[in-house]
Amino acid sequence: MQKLLAWIDDRFPLTKVWEEHLSKYYAPKNFNFWYYFGSLAMLVLVMQILTGLFLAMHYKPDTELAFGSVEYIMRDVDWGWLLRYLHSTGASFFFIVVYFHMFRGLLYGSYQKPRELIWIIGVVIFIALMATAFMGYLLPWGNMSYWGAQVIISLFDAIPWIGQSLSEWIRGDFVVSDATLNRFFALHFFVPTLILPALVFVHIVALHKVGSNNPDGVEIKKKKDAEGRPLDGIPFHPYYTVKDIVGVAVFLIIFSAVVFFGPELGGWFLEHDNFVPANILHTPPEIKPLWYFTPFYSILRATTSDMVTWVLTPYFAVLGLLALFSVRQFLTKAIVLIATVAILIGFFTLEAKLWGVVLMGMSLMLFFFLPWLDRSPVKSIRYRGWMYKLALVIFVVSFIALGYVGTKPASGLYKFIAQVGTILYFAFFLFMPWYTTYDKTKPVPERVTWK
Amino acid sequence: MKKILLAFLFVVAPLAAFAAEEGAKLDHVNIDLNDRPSLQRGARIFVNYCLSCHSASYMRYNRMGHDLGISDELVKENLLFAADKVGDPMTAVMPADDAKAWFGVAPPDLTDEARYRDPDWIYTYLRSFYRDPKSVSGWNNLAFPHVAMPNVLYEWQGEQRAVFKNENGEEVFERFELDKPGTMSPKDYDKAMRDLVNFMVYLAEPAKLVRYRIGVYVLIFLAVFTLFAYLLKKEYWKDIH
Repeated sequence: MQKLLAWIDDRFPLTKVWEEHLSKYYAPKNFNFWYYFGSLAMLVLVMQILTGLFLAMHYKPDTELAFGSVEYIMRDVDWGWLLRYLHSTGASFFFIVVYFHMFRGLLYGSYQKPRELIWIIGVVIFIALMATAFMGYLLPWGNMSYWGAQVIISLFDAIPWIGQSLSEWIRGDFVVSDATLNRFFALHFFVPTLILPALVFVHIVALHKVGSNNPDGVEIKKKKDAEGRPLDGIPFHPYYTVKDIVGVAVFLIIFSAVVFFGPELGGWFLEHDNFVPANILHTPPEIKPLWYFTPFYSILRATTSDMVTWVLTPYFAVLGLLALFSVRQFLTKAIVLIATVAILIGFFTLEAKLWGVVLMGMSLMLFFFLPWLDRSPVKSIRYRGWMYKLALVIFVVSFIALGYVGTKPASGLYKFIAQVGTILYFAFFLFMPWYTTYDKTKPVPERVTWK
Repeated sequence: MKKILLAFLFVVAPLAAFAAEEGAKLDHVNIDLNDRPSLQRGARIFVNYCLSCHSASYMRYNRMGHDLGISDELVKENLLFAADKVGDPMTAVMPADDAKAWFGVAPPDLTDEARYRDPDWIYTYLRSFYRDPKSVSGWNNLAFPHVAMPNVLYEWQGEQRAVFKNENGEEVFERFELDKPGTMSPKDYDKAMRDLVNFMVYLAEPAKLVRYRIGVYVLIFLAVFTLFAYLLKKEYWKDIH
């Protein structure tokens, strides 16, 4: 055995990789509940790839056959129903797990220096995941699949000059059709089996280069023992492998409860309107995406022309002025001024539909800038002042409220909530440089704690 | 941390109040997939009546027979009117094009009807047909106004009339009145419709017959697994302070 290992090690750095990433990768010993979701996200990714592989063996990407082939999987393929429910429930749980994982980053400042790249790669993974889920949702070719894709792809029409040709290029047709279904199937296979694992790999390589953050936001590499091991670190294997197994087990209990006892989850995970085949002549009463997209969909629908004129214009004018007085260098002042004026002119000249699309895109893109928007000297929420805590609560509440009203008709009270939610959602990011600067922080301990 | 969670609850809780939704008045139907005789009676009604115009083309006769404890021979003798082989899908007797010409719309496939619509809705719909001289077919339906489908089961149910009352200038439904009694009493008719809807719930998802049972075993296994995983973790972590 030893000889075999030596033989391999001469040709492939097996022991080195094992030690660097598992048995001698030192992780802070004080990880709490929020630190389970990284490994869970990997588990769900693997599960989605495997169940997806077997579903693809029976699925037919053809507008005439697609709906029937899913029903065939549900009825005639041995254990087909289980594969399909694991995959459809897995899609929703992927987002639950990833949202918790991202929230952990917000709680403990895991995106701050020196972990900016880990965060950025993570946001890329999140966007790739959204694209994957969006394309996958078309495949059952139910009526909501069809109309959901139709509505979302036609958003690109709002882009001036190239919009129309861009959306035609995406669909491969003037409407969502067989060509669209076929390419979405190809991409729904390609992105999660090749792109996502590659991105996850880079995400983890970057993490292991700088080391994990922890609930105290203390850099454990600063205090080392005589042999160079962090005093507050423990080897990932076996300590966190056995701990993560507990997390996996508890996760699987909740996951299986949904798969076996309520895979539709009252229409939240599998929509009733998707149990009829796509019908180009029959629009569902309320076209809405699945829950994990609704916060962003709400932002899109909240951006009416009244909203742009009466709310967004003063909002961005104030923000621009604030930025103008806060930055010091002349060049940055000039850039801020030009950008603000350009946006304000845009608000008056371009149609609201375009701004809805821009805001929806911005609501995702802002995550990329988080490491630089946050000016706080401390990472963890434990040592931050009331301003950041309040901002985070407002952000989470607005995100959930946006998500909820996104499943409802965009009128009356729902529309109002969506508009307030949109303003608060953006406030979390756009005013962050100020409230994190003025926020009173508490002293950070030298070593990690067991709170 | 706790403070954040608490604050969070206070803000989210009022939002949940919006979750209460308005809905049409539906009669509740008691679905029980363990009631096999009910499923078999429902299957008989479905094949004899519904399949004349509607299809359930994602379902095969022998799969249904297997699930409901009906042998291939019995399926052949009693249920196979619209197909030749027991392995055939349950297609409608009436060609879809003819149906479209006669009713104006092609009768929808019913395989997934109970997942597309609420079982309570189907149950209410089947019992809400009433005579309406203004409609083309002579029938109307309270749950689905101006539906193209006539009351196929009127021989059983009889013919009922809807009584509306005027409330602030609006016609509001008050009650049904049975003009001509059918061959079944209202109670027996409700029971037959319950069997039919029960069968349609099965039809929409045959896996429902097995997934609860398997789910229980899976959860028991996972509970035991979690216990041992936790003990293992505790053992490894005992010297981490």
